[in-house]
Amino acid sequence: MSLPDLLSVLAATLRLATPLILASLGGLFSERAGIVALGLEGMMLAGAFAAGSVAALSGSPWPALAAAMGAAILVAAIHGYATVSHRGDQVVSGMALNILATGLTPTLGLAWFDQGGQTPALGPQQRFLPIWGGQSLLVYLTLLLMPLCWWLLYRSRFGLRLRAVGENPHAVEAAGLSVTRLRYLALLLCGALAGLAGADLAIAEGAGFTRDMTAGRGYLALAALIFGKWRPAPAFAACLLFALADALQLRLQGVVLPGIGAVPVQWIEALPYLATLVLLAGFVGRARAPAALGVPFEEEK
Amino acid sequence: MPADPVPPVPALCFDGVSKRFGAIEANRGVSFSVAAGTIHGIVGENGAGKSTLMGIAYGLHQPDEGAVRIFGAPIRSARDAIARGVGMVHQHFKLIESFSVLENIVLGAEGGLMLQRSLARARAALAPLAAANGLDLDAIVGALPVGLRQRVEILKALYRRAEILILDEPTAVLTPAEADTLFADLRRLAAQGKTVLLITHKLREIMAATDRVTVMRQGQVVADLATAATNEAALAELMVGRKLMPEPALSRKQPGSAVLAAEGLVWRDAAGVARLDHVDLVLREGEIVGVAGVAGNGQSELLAALAGLIPAEGRLLWRGETVPDRHRAALLRRLGLAHIPEDRERDGLVPGFEAWENAILGRQRDPANSRHGFLRGAAIRRETRRRMAAFDVRPAEPRLTSHAFSGGNQQKLIAARELGETPPALLVGHPTRGIDIGAIERIHQRLRALREAGTAILLVSAELDEILALADRILVMVGGRIVGALARTEASERRIGLMMAGLGEAA
Amino acid sequence: MRQTLPPLLEFVVLPAANLAAALGITAILFLAIGVAPGTALGTMIEGAFGSSEGVGYTLYYATSFIFAGLAVAIPFQAGLFNIGGEGQAMVGGIPIALVCLALPGWPWWAVLPLAVAAGMLGGMAWAFVPAILQVRRGSHIVITTIMMNFIASALLTWLLADILKAPGDPSPESVPFADSLALPVWDGTPLNVSFLLALGVAGLAWLLLNHTVWGYELRATGRSAEAARYAAIPAGTVAILAVCLGGACAGLVGINEMMGVLHRLVDNFTAGIGFVGIAVALMGRNHPLGIVLASLLFGALYQGGAELSFDHPRVTRDVVVAIDGLVILFCGALEHVLRRPLAALWAA
Repeated sequence: MSLPDLLSVLAATLRLATPLILASLGGLFSERAGIVALGLEGMMLAGAFAAGSVAALSGSPWPALAAAMGAAILVAAIHGYATVSHRGDQVVSGMALNILATGLTPTLGLAWFDQGGQTPALGPQQRFLPIWGGQSLLVYLTLLLMPLCWWLLYRSRFGLRLRAVGENPHAVEAAGLSVTRLRYLALLLCGALAGLAGADLAIAEGAGFTRDMTAGRGYLALAALIFGKWRPAPAFAACLLFALADALQLRLQGVVLPGIGAVPVQWIEALPYLATLVLLAGFVGRARAPAALGVPFEEEK
Repeated sequence: MPADPVPPVPALCFDGVSKRFGAIEANRGVSFSVAAGTIHGIVGENGAGKSTLMGIAYGLHQPDEGAVRIFGAPIRSARDAIARGVGMVHQHFKLIESFSVLENIVLGAEGGLMLQRSLARARAALAPLAAANGLDLDAIVGALPVGLRQRVEILKALYRRAEILILDEPTAVLTPAEADTLFADLRRLAAQGKTVLLITHKLREIMAATDRVTVMRQGQVVADLATAATNEAALAELMVGRKLMPEPALSRKQPGSAVLAAEGLVWRDAAGVARLDHVDLVLREGEIVGVAGVAGNGQSELLAALAGLIPAEGRLLWRGETVPDRHRAALLRRLGLAHIPEDRERDGLVPGFEAWENAILGRQRDPANSRHGFLRGAAIRRETRRRMAAFDVRPAEPRLTSHAFSGGNQQKLIAARELGETPPALLVGHPTRGIDIGAIERIHQRLRALREAGTAILLVSAELDEILALADRILVMVGGRIVGALARTEASERRIGLMMAGLGEAA
Repeated sequence: MRQTLPPLLEFVVLPAANLAAALGITAILFLAIGVAPGTALGTMIEGAFGSSEGVGYTLYYATSFIFAGLAVAIPFQAGLFNIGGEGQAMVGGIPIALVCLALPGWPWWAVLPLAVAAGMLGGMAWAFVPAILQVRRGSHIVITTIMMNFIASALLTWLLADILKAPGDPSPESVPFADSLALPVWDGTPLNVSFLLALGVAGLAWLLLNHTVWGYELRATGRSAEAARYAAIPAGTVAILAVCLGGACAGLVGINEMMGVLHRLVDNFTAGIGFVGIAVALMGRNHPLGIVLASLLFGALYQGGAELSFDHPRVTRDVVVAIDGLVILFCGALEHVLRRPLAALWAA
C-alpha cells in the first residue's frame, strides 16, 4: 500500500469512526450512570431521520443538527421513563426502542416525503461538507468533545456523582442526592451525543436519511465501550479499530488473496461484527462493569 | 452534670411519630427526646420499628402523624436532615467501593463544580483526622477492611458537620476489640458536644456505651430510662414483653462417629486471596460445632465448601469415605446433607416459585420428587402440605407463590424442607438472623432436639451468645483459618473475643 | 416492590391493557401518516379474519412467530435474553435447504423429519456460539447475538451469491426444491402443516418447562442464580442448553417459510420474524400458551397490515415493525406502569 493509499485509509477511518465515537461517548454517560445503553442504535436512527428530514425541509444543516439531538433525546427520555421512573428492564426497553425506530422512521419518511421511506437527497448547502483535510465540521467537533466528555466525567462534580450513581445508587441517595435526576441527566447527554452521531450519518457522511442507515453502528459503539472497559480513551481506540475494519472493507473489495481468490464482499462486510465478537470473547474477558449497571434502583423501605 | 434551671433544646425530639407501611404499623405514637452531647441507645427486637424511626429522623420517610425536630426545627427530607446536622452510619455501608476514601467523603458535599478543587479542600480539612484514624485518604474503599470502612462513614458524616450521629447496628461487623475502640471514639465525640444515637440489639453494648436508653416493642416506646438505672435482664424483658426462659443445660451425651469431615480445605477467590486456608474439621453425630468469627473471615466460604458449592481444594469425607469432586454438591445432598443458607432471602427460595416447587429446591432430583426426568407434582404437593402443617407454615397452601408468605413463614418453609426428616448432618448459617427473640428460642430448641436425635450440626453465627448457648465445641476463624478450638466448658466470651481479634492462644 | 396480582389480572387483564396502550399509540401513528385509525382497524380485522384466505394467512404468519417466540422465551425463562432468533432462523434454513435439495424425489412426509432435525441443528449451532461465550467468557449475550445476526445475514447472502445461487437467475435464490417436497397447504393459502408442528413444539416446550426436572432447574436458574447455585444446579450447562434449545426452535422457521411457501432458499427469508419473536414472547409472558395466543395476534397484525397496504400506499410492513416495537415497549419495559393502578383497582 502506497503512502497516499495509507493516508486515504486513515482519513476514511477517522471519518467512519466519528459516529461510533459520538455514540460510544453517549453510551459512556448512560452506562457509567448505571443505565444499559442498548438503545443507542434507536437513538442514532431517530437522530439520523430527524436530521435528514429537517435538513430537507429547512435547507440548512444547523436546525437539522438540533432536531437530531432533540429526537434522540426524546428516545432517551422514553428509555428513562421506562427504566428509571418505572424500573422496567433496561435491555428490553433498549431493544423495543431500536425496533420501534427501525419501523417508525421509514413509515414517517414515506408519509412525509413519498420516496420509499428515505428523506430527499440533500444538496451541498444542506449538509456538513468537508471543511479541512477532507473532514467535516462534525469530525472536528467530535475530536473536541472527546476531552470535554473526559473532563466532565472525571474532573467535574457532575462526573463524580454520575459515576457514583452507576456504582452504588444507595450511597448517592444517602448523600442527599437524587438518583432519578442524575440518571435522567445522563440519558439526556447520551441522547444528545447519539443524536449527533445520527446527524453525522445523515447530513455529513451521507446526503439524506435512508432506511436502517445505522446498520448496527449503535451496537458497535456499545461493544467498543465494553471493550474499552467503560473508559473514554480505550473506547475511542476501539471505535477507531472498528472504523479501520470498515475502511479496509472499501479497500479490500475485489482484492485477490493468494490461494483464496477474490475475497467475497459479504465476508468483508461481516468483518466489523466478527471483530466485535472476537474482541468481546477473547480479550476483554470479564471486565468490571459499573456495579449497578442494569439494576433497577429501589429506594430503601 | 448539674441540672439546668431551663431545660436546653434537645438535639433530637420525636413527638408522637406514627408511620404505616400498608397494613404494617411500623411506628405508633413514638415520643422521646435525646439531649445534646449524650450517647443514647435504642434497643428492640427485629421489626420493633427502630430502623423506620431512624429513617424518619434522617428524612428518608415522612411520618404519617407527629413530627421529628432537630434542635427544635422540623425536617422534611434527607437534604434537610443533613443540613441540620444529622449524619447516618448505615448498617450496610453506603460507600462506593471503586472510589477512594476522599472521593467517598466528598460525594454530595463537594461545595463547587470543579472536582479537583473540592478534593483538595477536603484533603486539607481531613488530613489530621484521617491520620489520627489510621486512614489513607487515597486508598480505594473496596480494599479496606470493614472496620476502616466504618470510620470512612463516620468521617463522611463529620465532614458534613454532623452534630447528631446515628449508628445502625455498628458492631455487627466488628470484633469485640474493634467495638470497644468504636465506643471510645463515640464517647470522645460526645465529650466534644456531638450527640450519638446507637441502635443495637446487643444489650451488653447498651450497658457499656450509652447514657440513656429507649426500648421499643412493636413500633412503640415501652421504656425510656437512664442506663445507670437498669440492667441487661430488665432490658431483655422489656424488649420481649415477658420473662425469658433460662437456656437449658448442654447435652451430656457423648458425640458419636464422624459424619462429615474436611481435610486441608483451601479456596481462593477471583483475586487469588485464600478465603479458606487449610481448614480441617470433623462433625460427629449428636454434636453442635459452633464457628465464631467476625463476618468475612471465611465462615461463608466454609459453609459453601462443606456443601460442595465451591470447588475447594482438599478432601471432604462422608462417614469416612472421600466425596469425589465431580457433582459434589448434588452427591452430598443425596447422602442427606441438609443446609440452611445464611442468606435465606437470597439463596433459600426461588422468588416466584410456588411453595411446593421451593419445597424441593436442591432435592429436585430425589426419586421421591422426580421420576424419569418428570416432576412428581401431585406427590410433592401432598408432602409439602404435610410439612407445612408440621412446621406451622401459614397459610399451609403449597400452590401459593413464595412471596405470598411473610418473612417468618418463608424461613419456616426452608426449615420444613431442610429439617423435615431428621438429617444425618446439617450446615446452618446465622439461623436467628432477622428473627424475633421469641422465635429464636424455638429455633434453638429445634437445633438441640436435632442434636439429641443424632444430627451432626455445624453452626456459623455472628452472635457469640448463640454459639455459647448451643455449641459443644467452638472453632474460631480468622482470615480463612481456624485459629482456635475450644470445648464449651473452656470457652468464654472474652476468650473467644481475643481469638477473633487474632490475639488468642499465642501464649 | 413489584406488586403481585391475581392470575386473571396478571395473565389476561395486564397484557390486554398493555396491548391496548400500544395500539393506542399506533392509532396516533396512523393519524400522523394520514390514515384514519378506525378504518385502518376495520381493514386489518377484515383482512385478518374476514375470509378463509385471510385466516389462512394469519395462521401462516403465526406459525413462524410461535417458533420465534419460543426461541426468545425458553432462554428468557433461564434468565438470558436471546435476541439472535433472526440469525438462528437464517442459519437453520441453510441445512433445511440442503436436505431438500439433496432429496429431490422423496415425498414431503419423509423429508420433513429430516428437515426438522436439520433446521434445529442449524439454529442450535448458531445459538451455541453466544451461549458458550456467555458462560465461559462472560461476553454479554445480547451483544453477541446481535453480532451473530449480522454475521448470519452476511453468510446467507454470500452462500446465495457465490455457492447456492440458481444459475441464470439474477436474484439471490437457490434452485427451487422438487415439487414433491412442498408441504400440503390449506385451501390455497400458505398455511401448511408446519402450523401443527408449531403447536406441537409449543406443547413440548410447556411440558419441558413446567413438568420436568430440567425445566425446573432452568426456571430456578432464571429466577435466582444464587438459589440455583445453592440447589447444586449446574448453571452453565443449563444456560447453554436453554439458549441452544431456543436456537433449535428458531431453526424451524425455515420449515414454514421454505418448505411451506418459498420452496427454495431465499436471501433474508426471515424478514424480521426473529424480532417479532421478542414481542411475542414478552406479550405471552414467556409461557408457551401465551406465545401461541400472542402469535395469533401478531399473525393477524401482519396479515391485516398487508391488507391495509393495498388500500393505503403509504402503509408498508414497516408499520407492523413499529407496532412490534411498541408492543415490546409496553408489554416488556413498561409493564410496571399499569401494574400499580391495576393493583389499586383490584384492591378497591
